[in-house]
Amino acid sequence: MKENMKEKQRKGMIRDIIILGIAIVIAIVLISLFPDKREVITASSWEFFIEMIWILPAVMVLMGLFAVWVSKETVVKYLGETSGIKGIFLAIFFGALPTGPLYVAFPVAAVLIKKGAKISNIIIFLSAWACIKIPQEMVELKFLGLEFMVLRLILTIIFVVIMGLSIEKIIEWTDKTKVEGAKDNASI
Amino acid sequence: MNITVIFINIFAGGCLIFSFIKDRKKTKQSLLGAAKSFIRILPIVFIIIIFVGLLLGFGSQTQISKIAGEHAGFWGVFLIALVGAIMHIPSLIAFPLAASLLKNGASITTIAAFITTLTMIGTITLPLEIKELGKKVALLRNGISFIIAIIIALIMGVIL
Repeated sequence: MKENMKEKQRKGMIRDIIILGIAIVIAIVLISLFPDKREVITASSWEFFIEMIWILPAVMVLMGLFAVWVSKETVVKYLGETSGIKGIFLAIFFGALPTGPLYVAFPVAAVLIKKGAKISNIIIFLSAWACIKIPQEMVELKFLGLEFMVLRLILTIIFVVIMGLSIEKIIEWTDKTKVEGAKDNASI
Repeated sequence: MNITVIFINIFAGGCLIFSFIKDRKKTKQSLLGAAKSFIRILPIVFIIIIFVGLLLGFGSQTQISKIAGEHAGFWGVFLIALVGAIMHIPSLIAFPLAASLLKNGASITTIAAFITTLTMIGTITLPLEIKELGKKVALLRNGISFIIAIIIALIMGVIL
């Protein structure tokens, strides 16, 4: 599993470098065809580069730290046992910690399902992991402003909780109406 | 320099020092992880940097606002949300991209839809999600996420 992930990462890296190469070639061709645009293009690219370089290393350090300090076991331990409002808060809290990309969260969620955690908490945890990350919110604050960031955050939390609860209801309902079908699904 | 930038760097530095005092080995391990993810993300950063440069160089404000601006209408928002759902770029890079689009004529609604679907929905990671969580949960989560992303975007467009 881990080897598989590494292999995928390596392939993704090669693909990105190839796309980067193509992008550079296109940029060079376009700039030599339209030399009058050169200044605008290099100026906006440079400005963008400076903005990124001040933020990215700090965010990466934060993610690295939390990935090491907040273990998957801790998350499973707390989320597996709590339900109700407290469960929802914990799901959002653990999801929001800066701990790596979404695919890291799927195995954690799978363990949670096996441990009998509530579906709503798992969905909320996954969605929080995907879009309510703490460093992500800080970057959003910097680039899109306080109003945009806060409003989107509040709306996202509200709707993610609603989504988690409704998916739980849907799963419960379909499991009840066709128990056999659910068994087939679970065995896959 | 921007206050948020200073804050993030101080916050990261503080956490780093705290972690170093508590456990040197774990800190080393996490820094290694950070360096790896930084290198992993670099090519995409440069792709987006070039893309933004070209976009602002060649795409005029009226073109951008025609596709993603106030007059794009519901289907414009829908289309941008779809692009966000399919695309696979780290959200950290998506925010500055979104900011430059916003500055150049895109509307709040389309930008909010783009960012929300981009972060919440993973078409590339969908097979893995199905494998780990089952078809029903994975498809429901991604499908409903798309709908709520559009709702969130429309509400934001009305309020802001």
